[in-house]
Amino acid sequence: MPKDNGIGASPKRREDVRFLTGAGNYTDDINVNGQAHVHFLRADVAHAAINSIDTSAAETMPGVVKIFTGADFAEVGGIPCGWGVTDRHGNPQQEPRHPIIAHDTIRHVGEIVAAVVADTLEQARDAAEAIELSLSDKPAVVSMGAALAEDATKVHEDLTSNLCYDWVFGNPDDDAVQAAFDSAAHVTTLELVNNRLVANPMEPRVAIGDYSRATDEHTLYTTSQNPHVIRLLMCAFVLGLPEHKVRVIAPDVGGGFGSKIFHYAEEAFCTFAAKACGRAVKWTSTRAEAFISDAHGRDHVTKIELALDADNNFTALRTNTMANMGAYLSTFSTSVPSYLHGTLMAGNYKTPIVQVNVKTVFTNTVPVDAYRGAGRPEATFQLERVIDKAARELGADPIALRRQNFITEFPYETPVALTYDTGDYVATMDKLEQVADVAGFAARRAESEKNGKLRGFGINCYIEACGIAPSNIVGMLGARAGLYDAATVRVNATGSISVMVGAHSHGQGHETSFPQVVADMIGIDESMVDIVHGDTGRVPFGMGTYGSRSIAVCGSAMVRATEKIINKAKKIAAHLMEASDADIELKDGQFTVAGTDKSVAWGDVCLTAYVPHNYPLEELEPGLEETAFYDPANFTYPAGAYACEVEVDPDTGKVSIERFSAADDFGNIINPMIVDGQVHGGLGQGIGQALLENAAYDEDGQLLSASFMDYAMPRADDVPFYQVDHSCQTPCTHNPLGVKGCGEAGAIGSPPAVVNAVIDALQSGGKDVTHIDMPLSPARVWAAMNG
Amino acid sequence: MYEFEFEKPSTVAEAVAALADEDAQALGGGQTLIPTLKQRLAMPSKLVSLSSIPQLKELSDNGGMLTIGGAVTHAEVAAAAADSYPALADLASHIGDPAVRNRGTIGGSLANNDPAACYPAAALGSGATIVTSTREITADDYFRGLFETALNEGEIITAVRFPVPEKANYQKFLQPASRFALVGVFVAKYAAGVRVAVTGASEEGVFRWHEAEAALDTSFAPDALDGLSVDAGGMIGDMHGTKEYRAHLVGVMTKRAVAAAG
Repeated sequence: MPKDNGIGASPKRREDVRFLTGAGNYTDDINVNGQAHVHFLRADVAHAAINSIDTSAAETMPGVVKIFTGADFAEVGGIPCGWGVTDRHGNPQQEPRHPIIAHDTIRHVGEIVAAVVADTLEQARDAAEAIELSLSDKPAVVSMGAALAEDATKVHEDLTSNLCYDWVFGNPDDDAVQAAFDSAAHVTTLELVNNRLVANPMEPRVAIGDYSRATDEHTLYTTSQNPHVIRLLMCAFVLGLPEHKVRVIAPDVGGGFGSKIFHYAEEAFCTFAAKACGRAVKWTSTRAEAFISDAHGRDHVTKIELALDADNNFTALRTNTMANMGAYLSTFSTSVPSYLHGTLMAGNYKTPIVQVNVKTVFTNTVPVDAYRGAGRPEATFQLERVIDKAARELGADPIALRRQNFITEFPYETPVALTYDTGDYVATMDKLEQVADVAGFAARRAESEKNGKLRGFGINCYIEACGIAPSNIVGMLGARAGLYDAATVRVNATGSISVMVGAHSHGQGHETSFPQVVADMIGIDESMVDIVHGDTGRVPFGMGTYGSRSIAVCGSAMVRATEKIINKAKKIAAHLMEASDADIELKDGQFTVAGTDKSVAWGDVCLTAYVPHNYPLEELEPGLEETAFYDPANFTYPAGAYACEVEVDPDTGKVSIERFSAADDFGNIINPMIVDGQVHGGLGQGIGQALLENAAYDEDGQLLSASFMDYAMPRADDVPFYQVDHSCQTPCTHNPLGVKGCGEAGAIGSPPAVVNAVIDALQSGGKDVTHIDMPLSPARVWAAMNG
Repeated sequence: MYEFEFEKPSTVAEAVAALADEDAQALGGGQTLIPTLKQRLAMPSKLVSLSSIPQLKELSDNGGMLTIGGAVTHAEVAAAAADSYPALADLASHIGDPAVRNRGTIGGSLANNDPAACYPAAALGSGATIVTSTREITADDYFRGLFETALNEGEIITAVRFPVPEKANYQKFLQPASRFALVGVFVAKYAAGVRVAVTGASEEGVFRWHEAEAALDTSFAPDALDGLSVDAGGMIGDMHGTKEYRAHLVGVMTKRAVAAAG
């Protein structure tokens, strides 16, 4: 029987009432009295020296408050990178200065060259057109291969080259790895591109800076996934402000997908400019600006080699990847192709030798950073594609080949640093075969062929490391921040509860699922519990939402804080019932004394805590509020198996996804409906990457797909009705809820299934096609079919 | 957008007078012009809305001749032509999305002549007559290349007259992002002969595929087109498809249109 409340139930999302009825409070809905508007003059060339910027005519234009250029920011810091990677020789990554406004050089189309603050946005735009720029164009460095050439133009003159770092992970012994390949019975090699993507959340970024002369306090309203992180980075590294004078508020946020993790120049600008102008300063990104200023995702070029013995056991894996950083290092950019990618290269398989080589490269393009999955999709895609190719070359069944090489014993220490605590890849594959109706595929293929279509079936497995975590480990790997989270449970006098959480909800449904946990622990109705999030002025601390970490890390902190509340409440109850606190039990919101009929209700205990007339004041403080910080002992390891069935129109190359099935192991689940939704959304984005989305640059560094006219987002009719199953559950062994996280799985696990299915379809039609780079647009599929 | 004057005349004559000003611009449904203005890519001194001129909203079916006022929306065409000219109604019902179809107009689309728009294929494929504030122009004379037409400055499309064919069909292969036509082919069979008009594909905009017309005059069946192809040389090549791919799709979509026309 499905539960109707508490952990495991699927109450409808309470936040949807305001989202669906137009009552949401997004950053752009906020208007501060007396605010001015900023328009950013952005570079329309990819690489140029700035000779001069003449703002004199613009400054006389109507409504102009102040015009800022790079010189105004000479005294403040640059935007910091949050992760320092050490290269194969023990050297630190090359880390260029990342200015708020370009100072002497433009390094990508979209970079801010000047900022005009005016009474109205239209006045600011008018004035920006009157700014005279004198530029000397430089050659644009666009392709990574060209960027690494000996004589390449440098994106940053003060660096030694365009190489950010050259990193090796896993087994660093080239000879030993080569020996494994030399002795292999079969080696499969695949070269592929993981296409650059633009996150495109429905809500573009917005920032409003406000400053109080009375209190010397700054307020930044921003579209962020982690307001405390923004406050820390902006205060400590960019503007040099004390944190207690800065409040960052991220109200309702309309999707992030990673792109709103990072600290952006516009946030620091609006905070800085509000004080400089003596007025609040507001910026709302247009969609056109978003394409050239939001951090992009993916953009890897990889060669992967898989060695197998005569019995088809995987014996070694070696990868060589170039990963694009763009022109500057965005907040978590350097961690994505290294520790969020290399650590996952073992996948679900017991390959004994794994070597991961990654070169990260500066180019004159928009900075690249985490996008839903962040490194793990790139790892999964290449691994699951090369396994599929190996199966074809060997004439092996792709499911059987995977099963044969599955890790089956846990905990399992991989050759790439992680220790998987738990999992059951056989069970998820069994479930997938059932959900995907593998047995019925032959009949479905025959039916498609009758209609002149090629039908293909593709599967893949995935594993991800979520709940990032633990601070001491990530610190050793170069993280410049802790990765715990925090929660404060504030019980009010009448028993209702506000939980201040460090995680930010921007589509994940925390406002529904988090109260389910607290209400379940106490045994009260969920309507008595609300969460508070997205405001450094109301939430004590937090590290925010990314990496499928909210329930696993912040949820654990919330559980710990709630446990403290319950322990204290039991002491109060024991006092009221004149019993020992060891004998107090809490069930359904009633405290009882074991073995007696004595009881006191939750509400009475709460009231006593705040009206302590009959209270052990000498032993216990009044009030009922507790905070917990939780630093996880390990990552969590959601895993699963996905299957995609496609039809390919041989006349046009058009791919249509007919079925998509997912069998996920997310450990314990708080709200199955929300988990379904998270998987659906992730699958949509993964299918988008596989079939549609492509941030393509021309050789001059102009983004060709800089609007929805050319950048293809997945729409409802591009995706099928999904079969999603998460009944396989191996609970996480090291967090109190046994949860693993589910936000990124769909985006990580779906692209290889789609591509594997298309290759299967083409091969069934007699086409000798072994790989097509994403997106598998009709034109690309047709070209592959027609050699 | 930049500042502009705005007029909303109620007769064609008033509209023509209003458009006489230098840099005045006619505004139909605004589905292209308004986004262009928002991006500051156009700076008209005055916008003259054509949406309140009753004459331009007229629609008539005169037994084999469908006349559609220049300010009739795509949604209105989809509804009004469903029985009289189903292929045209079907085309109109698949332009853009519901918001576009309820604002965008046939006159606006034909005046803009986007090389990937649908209506140019219908007008050219039907041998339609473009009726303007000053004259009548045959479709064969009207389309002059990308975003180029025979219209003079200040000339307004008041109506489009479509002779209703015996059979017709429009097949559109979508550009994945914009969902405009990557290639769209309108095939119409008249007593006088078959017309085949192709949109989306050519660097010269909408065009008639005369070879296909001749073959279909002989036999109105998909296999009549076997062995025929358009020259890839003049096709558009971009990130959504090479010249060769578009040339190939012209053949595929034409066959499908003939098959669907029955």
